[in-house]
Amino acid sequence: MRITLKIWRQASATAAGEFATYDLDEVSPDMSFLEMLDVLNEGLTAAGLDPVAFDSDCREGICGSCGLMIDGLAHGPERTTTCQLHMRSMKDGATITVEPWRGDSMTVIKDCVVDRSALDRIVQAGGYVSVNTGAAPDAHAVPVPKAKADRAFTAAACISCGACVAACPNASAMLFLGAKVTHLGELPQGQPERDARVVAMARQHDAEGFGGCTNIGECAAACPKEIPLDVISQLNKDLRHAMAKGL
Amino acid sequence: MNEIIDGLYREGEPIADTKAPDGPIEKRWERRRFEAKLVNPANRRKLEIIVVGTGLAGSSASATLGEAGYQVKAFYYQDSARRAHSIAAQGGINAAKNYKEDGDSVFRLFYDTVKGGDYRSRESNVYRLAEVSASIIDQCVAQGVPFAREYGGYLDTRSFGGVQVSRTFYARGQTGQQLLIGAYQALSRQVAAGTVTEYSRHEMLELIVVDGKARGIVARDMVTGEIETHLADAVVLATGGYGNVFFLSTNAMGCNVTAAWRAHRKGAHFANPCFTQIHPTCIPVSGDHQSKLTLMSESLRNDGRIWVPQRAEDCPKDPREIGEADRDYYLERIYPSFGNLVPRDIASRAAKNVCDSGRGVGPGGKGVYLDFADAIERLGRGAVEAKYGNLFDMYARITGENPYETPMRIYPAVHYTMGGLWVDYDLQSSIPGLFVAGEANFSDHGANRLGASALMQGLADGYFVLPNTIRDYLASGPYPAVDEDHPEVVAAIESVTTRLTTLLSRRGTRSVDSYHRELGHIMWEYCGMSRTEEGLRTAIDAIRELRTEYWENVNVPGTGESLNQSLERAGRVADFLELGELMCIDALHRRESCGGHFRAESQTPEGEALRDDENYAYVAAWEWGGEAGLPVLHKEGLEYDYVEMKQRSYK
Ligand SMILES: Cc1cc2nc3c(=O)[nH]c(=O)nc-3n(C[C@H](O)[C@H](O)[C@H](O)COP(=O)(O)OP(=O)(O)OC[C@H]3O[C@@H](n4cnc5c(N)ncnc54)[C@H](O)[C@@H]3O)c2cc1C
Ligand code: FES
Repeated sequence: MRITLKIWRQASATAAGEFATYDLDEVSPDMSFLEMLDVLNEGLTAAGLDPVAFDSDCREGICGSCGLMIDGLAHGPERTTTCQLHMRSMKDGATITVEPWRGDSMTVIKDCVVDRSALDRIVQAGGYVSVNTGAAPDAHAVPVPKAKADRAFTAAACISCGACVAACPNASAMLFLGAKVTHLGELPQGQPERDARVVAMARQHDAEGFGGCTNIGECAAACPKEIPLDVISQLNKDLRHAMAKGL
Repeated sequence: MNEIIDGLYREGEPIADTKAPDGPIEKRWERRRFEAKLVNPANRRKLEIIVVGTGLAGSSASATLGEAGYQVKAFYYQDSARRAHSIAAQGGINAAKNYKEDGDSVFRLFYDTVKGGDYRSRESNVYRLAEVSASIIDQCVAQGVPFAREYGGYLDTRSFGGVQVSRTFYARGQTGQQLLIGAYQALSRQVAAGTVTEYSRHEMLELIVVDGKARGIVARDMVTGEIETHLADAVVLATGGYGNVFFLSTNAMGCNVTAAWRAHRKGAHFANPCFTQIHPTCIPVSGDHQSKLTLMSESLRNDGRIWVPQRAEDCPKDPREIGEADRDYYLERIYPSFGNLVPRDIASRAAKNVCDSGRGVGPGGKGVYLDFADAIERLGRGAVEAKYGNLFDMYARITGENPYETPMRIYPAVHYTMGGLWVDYDLQSSIPGLFVAGEANFSDHGANRLGASALMQGLADGYFVLPNTIRDYLASGPYPAVDEDHPEVVAAIESVTTRLTTLLSRRGTRSVDSYHRELGHIMWEYCGMSRTEEGLRTAIDAIRELRTEYWENVNVPGTGESLNQSLERAGRVADFLELGELMCIDALHRRESCGGHFRAESQTPEGEALRDDENYAYVAAWEWGGEAGLPVLHKEGLEYDYVEMKQRSYK
């Protein structure tokens, strides 16, 4: 395959960025998208140029490190992570635009590498169960109905890649937040802190500068782990309950 | 000590694990916990601990030490602690809960692990691992880890290779992810509480040793390029495995040996470096562009049948057109009682043998079929989809083939490293104050790890073992403050900056990746699934040559003062180029086959691994011999009082 890449280059957080254009002639349809970028980088290095910086680690769709806007879509045209996208999904001869995630709360560090630490701080605000090591009762002390366990799992599958924020016109992280609130809220272990958790996490979300949700649904459509939109309804419900209790 | 052996190494004094208590095995851990000194809560605040790594081992250790009140600094190279490679583990985690009443017990888990490791691990360590396994599940459930459950609301379990009970707890195909999120959340709670400070996008590049004790690290801020000094009372490495020395492996792109190797060069012994696990069911290499290999869970071998054509000339044919009589279900043929479910090392070697005999399928003849046609006929497509759907989808996405219609192609790939830094029962390395947890140490799996045991070990080390043993060392602290301009600190920083400047100044003709690929090729060819005296010698020479060329001719673009991914990789590959040689020396010196280490010269008439307990029932702990010197071998003898040493048989 032959492709043309229009890719975002930005030397540092403070530098101005711009698109650079590169042609690649020998792309195999079996390559993953990131392997195609590896090939580009080998070529740039050989030519004495600076390779394009982008994040990736597991390349199996689970660590959440990778994430590119490909032709305006978070993670590209397939419903998967960028590392699991393969060149056979792209057209021979195509011009492909590649950009980093953008948003007030996710800033570019270099080229396509962004700072997503705001998501970690939302978890630090309360996305956990306060149990010290060694203080746990036997695992079978509290049975958990299968349906609840399954829903908790579905929400817990979030990989914190940030695609939901990148896809949202409001740059909201509500899908991310709702996923954590639903995961812990479905389980008996998450009940004692449920109200306090949702309030603290939502406050942090807003303080980080993420936008509000206006029910557009781009987040769930872009989510590579198919986190359902109803976690946001759950979030709103939990918030209402907590507020009603005066928290 | 002065005699040079095989032209490659010297032998030093034997060593011993002096921390494991004796007495009845089931009392040892309790005794050690009692005898390890306590640190009073007021003093804990004054004690600083550096933990490098936030995988299962590192996150759980940092969280638990933070809860106890110590001041912890947690380092990792990703942008978030939750992205550590543990996140990728699929299958499950073992624990001797015996919830199924199927005869499981702490002793049985201990027994299976010692046997599975082909009698090259320590009884005391493995027993402790089995003993704390049950508490891990309790802890994780309390944190909200959504394990798979049955309709009654209780935890579900499944069976894994090499065992006959159902003791593997799981969360769909994402067990590692869910366990790590549990540990990451516990860590996040301590970050909020102020006991743990995180250093994301930081890579440890040197260990600081003062007066014989580990006192800190030199780390590079990967965003600004700044070289930082961090000092503490103790250092914990939980930096994972080194499978990426093979370039292609199932490990994440950034997995490296740098932290462990830097510590090794500062005096920490490296144990059994050649013990690597090659997983039989991975998606084969599709071309030169390949950057990593993807595991297909071991669970597929429950229903899939593995075969190759009987005749080499049938290999290019469409597999569906090859009749039953012309297929060789070689595992079922050679191992009638275990069939497709033989342990990993055996399944991998058998695949290599049939491919070497010219009967491999797919590109380059490096693949065998994993066929679900029978299972689909027997159970129906829906049932197969329900069980393995996500794996089939992943396979289809990567290969562009539909595994419901045509058999999968699989081939073995490097997956896990049993070797690692030598530690005693307290998880303390040969440098006082340096502790090592998780895959980075060598402690529990001997020459072969059983499925679902790495997650167990990582969390056992981090939640339960290390926090109890490190206090014995910390009780003598706080250790005298070290000045930033102490000669050892200055020297450590200087060695880091010199190294980085040298790498950046070469501007040669070959990229870092091209060297890494070549090293990987040498390792896979000569130190992979089958190893010979001659091959290993060839490899050692080739690696030395490659390393010399690397330092003269590598091309690392950019500068050290900003984010520079080529520079990050360059440092890691430089260390792999040294580790690779030691792995080959270790493999050469161990003239027996055991577990994942197969020496072609040591096999039974049927071609199975042949151990030599008389000469090799020991841990090979290697001491760094200096830049120009030779590595020094220290043997730690292994004794078995509870499990009888037998030749493994799966026929
Ligand atoms: C695909 C796959 C599937 C697996 N499935 C299973 C399974 O089902 N069951 C099972 O039991 N085991 C499984 N394993 C093995 C298991 O996942 C690992 O052995 C285990 O998770 C390792 O955990 P760890 O905490 O030791 O290290 P890791 O999770 O690898 O963490 C290493 C940490 O160290 C940091 N680090 C490394 N080097 C540096 C440095 N120089 N400076 C700073 N930080 C550094 C990293 O940032 C990271 O935080 C699987 C492995 C793979 C590859
Ligand atoms: S690199 Fe891990 S999800 Fe893509």
